[in-house]
Parts: sequence; C-alpha cells; structure tokens
Amino acid sequence: MGAGHAHALYVHRTSVLHRLPAQCKIAAVVLFVLVVVSTPPRAYAAFGAYAALLLAVVLAARLSPLLVLRRMVVEVPFLVFALLLPVVTGGERVDVLGLSLSESGLLGAFNILAKGSLGVAASVVLASTTTIRDLLHGLERLHLPRQLVLIASFMVRYADVLAAEMARMRVARESRGFTATGLRAWPVLSKSLGALFLRSYERGERVHLAMRSRGFNGTMPVLRRTPTRASQWATAFVLPAAAGVVALSAALA
Amino acid sequence: MGRTAVHIPDGFIDAPTSIAFGVAAVAGLGYCLRRGSAELDERAAPLAGLTAAFVFAGQMLNFPVAAGTSGHLLGGVLAAVLVGPWIGATCLAVVLLLQALFFADGGLTALGLSTVNMSFVGALGGYLVYRGVLRVLPQRRASVPIAAAVAAALSVPLAAASFVLQFALGGTVEDLSLTAVLAAMVGVHVLIGIGEAVITFLTVGLVMSSRPDLVHGARGVLRRERAAETAAVRSTA
Repeated sequence: MGAGHAHALYVHRTSVLHRLPAQCKIAAVVLFVLVVVSTPPRAYAAFGAYAALLLAVVLAARLSPLLVLRRMVVEVPFLVFALLLPVVTGGERVDVLGLSLSESGLLGAFNILAKGSLGVAASVVLASTTTIRDLLHGLERLHLPRQLVLIASFMVRYADVLAAEMARMRVARESRGFTATGLRAWPVLSKSLGALFLRSYERGERVHLAMRSRGFNGTMPVLRRTPTRASQWATAFVLPAAAGVVALSAALA
Repeated sequence: MGRTAVHIPDGFIDAPTSIAFGVAAVAGLGYCLRRGSAELDERAAPLAGLTAAFVFAGQMLNFPVAAGTSGHLLGGVLAAVLVGPWIGATCLAVVLLLQALFFADGGLTALGLSTVNMSFVGALGGYLVYRGVLRVLPQRRASVPIAAAVAAALSVPLAAASFVLQFALGGTVEDLSLTAVLAAMVGVHVLIGIGEAVITFLTVGLVMSSRPDLVHGARGVLRRERAAETAAVRSTA
C-alpha cells in the first residue's frame, strides 16, 4: 500500500452525498445499520427494501454499483462462515439439493449474510464519499474525545510513512537474497517488526519535539468551525428514516 | 488470519448486546485515555498515534506458515508491553475504529464488541497475564520476552472466548451448540496464539536488546537489575 492508501476508498465526485458534512453521514450510517440489525431475520421483504434504499443512495452519490460490490470483498471470510452454518447447526433438517441442512442454520446464515452485506455496503458508501480528513473532523464534531481523534489523525498521517518504511525494509531484505518461505523466515521478519517499532517510536519522539517547538500543548487548535445546518441533518437522515419506516411496517405486518 | 476472526460484521450479534458492549467500550476507552494521558502528558497523542500506525502497518506484514497460508500479528500484547497497557489498548481501539470507517472492515455496530475483545481482553487482559508471569520469573531482562510470549499465547484464545461470550448473550443463530462454538473458536485461536507468541517473543527480544529503555513493561525489571548491580558493587567494595 503506497501513497494511494491515504485516501483509502474515497472516490472523488460531486454529489449530494459528497457535499454532506461527515458527522451527518456517520450518524446516518450508524442509525441505518442499527435499524437493519434490529430487523427480525424472517422479514425477508424488509431486507430487499433496505438493499433498494442503499442502491438509491449509491446512485445519488454517483458511484458505480459494481464498484461498491467489488469493495465488499472484505466480508468474504464471513461469507464462508455463513455458508458453513446450515451444515453444522442442529435443529430441524430440510433437504436442499440432496443435502440435509438445518433450518435454523439456514435462517442464521441468511440473517448474517443479509445484515453483514448491508452493513458493509453502507460503510463502503460512507468511505467512498468522505475523505479521511473529513471523517476525522466528523468524529470530533460527534463529540468523540478530542485526544482520541488526535491519536487517530496522527495514525492516519503516519500509516503511509510507516508502510513505506516497511516496503523499504522488504526491498533491503530481498536485495540480500531473502525470500519469505516457511517458518524459518519468522526471526528475520520479527526483527523487521522490532526495527519498525523502534523507528516508529523514535519518529514519534522527533515529531513531538518538532511540534513542541512550534507551540504544541497537547491539543490541536480548531481553525474552522462551520455550523451544520438542520437541512443537512435532514438530508442525511432520509436513509435511516426510510429504513425505520420499512422496519416498522415489517414489524406490524 | 486475525483479520477474519476479529472483525465482526453487522448482524452477527443482536442490537441490544452490540449497544451494551458499545457503551462499555466507550466507558473503558475513556478510562484508558485518562490513564494514558496522565502517563505521557502532552506526548500522548504523537506517540500513541505513531504506535497505532505501527500496529496498523505491522498487521500488513505477512508471516508465511505452510502451503501458501500466512498469518499476521494482532499486536495487543506487543503494544501493551512496549508502550504500556493504557496507551496500547487505546491504539488497538483506534486501529479498529479506522479500519471500520475507512476500509469498511468490520461492522460499525459491532465496533464495541471488537473493541472489548481486542483492546480490553486482548491488550489489557494480556498485559495482566504478562505482569503475573513476569512476577514468577527471575527478575532479569531475558524474562521480559518470555513473559510477553506467554501473555500473547493466552491473549488470543481469551479474546476468542470473549467473542463466544458475546455470541452466547446475543448470537443470532439458533440451535448452534455453544460448546461447539467455544471449542472451534478457542481451538483455532490456540494455534493463532502460538504464532502470536513467537512473533511477540522475537519482536520484544529485539527491542530489549537495542532500546530496553523504550519497553514500558520492562521498567520494573530494569530498575531491580540496576539495584542488584549497585548492591553487588557495594558488597565487593
């Protein structure tokens, strides 16, 4: 992961979603996912409706649905787990294509797949429409402890630097004929890890001294603070509100 | 291998349990931050940030196991021993938060669950084990990597057991025997823990040999070693 990684999943576009303040989007996504997670697993139609809502948001953000799908691969390991569930779970059995599968296992697998996928898709949309800097700013506006946001922004700023440092160490190892095969490589790799820690920590000390000499006293000054308009909150909350209506009608049906 | 095991997606654990653990995570994290800042004053942010970046970058380093599989470090005990339990636990939580927000890796509603497993059980719990083991070992530098390795080996199945507890409280799959889940999760994570122990042992060993003064968890041992040396010099004089 080189320099491109500073922007993680961000896709530069101009859309309603890109313009919304990060704090509104984070709150909206968390609320939306909470609604999804609270929906009973048998409300199949509700999950279809949630997916349709998300698709509308993806289109409103002028993102390609294919891109969102491609970025959902992070959940593949859990997909495998979910597919195993009907086999290992007990309870009543049903025959599907000659396999005897557990009914509650199938329901559990569907539940995890549907909710997990909707959650990942919503997070992908958030990360694709918001820069990392704005996300951090949004977290602060949502009253996360300032110290925590500060640590997070240092981490973001230096993750690339350390990743590049690690890449240089790899080049150094490989130009001396090292190939990482099997357990015998572990001592060498662990030494690289230890060296990476020393370099990180010492860099942290240098960064701190440099900041001290520029007047740093433990907190970062806030340079701009534009108030969030009620209309922006309202726009962001269209998604969780619509999901809430779907969940309510599913509960009443 | 860690990545698949700890980053719980949304919907795996029901909403009330997720929210309860979210509240616990926020409260615990606030405490860690207070203790961590008290220890490091205004140096806290740059040093903790760089340590979090180290954990994040370190998790990208692949350790080959066999037949094309490889694993990576989780880093809870490593971070806690190197920079202290409070800052270490905070770093792990920050890494989890940013992975969920920037990479959609792990559900946002499951963040509290993951933070409790990785940061509180893995890093803080692991550090407690580390202190306990260090107490019964001879008070020498060489004991530090050994205690860290034992703590790392135990911290991974402990974090897995904590996940099983969450699953027992709010799991969304019925008719799944809890003992089977516990056996499978802990079984797999004992193996991962062995890998974690080896990497932690070697990495702490390297830092101890070049900059022992940076290893937070070795402070007591170094102090006692110096005291013993001074006493030996006095008795010969």
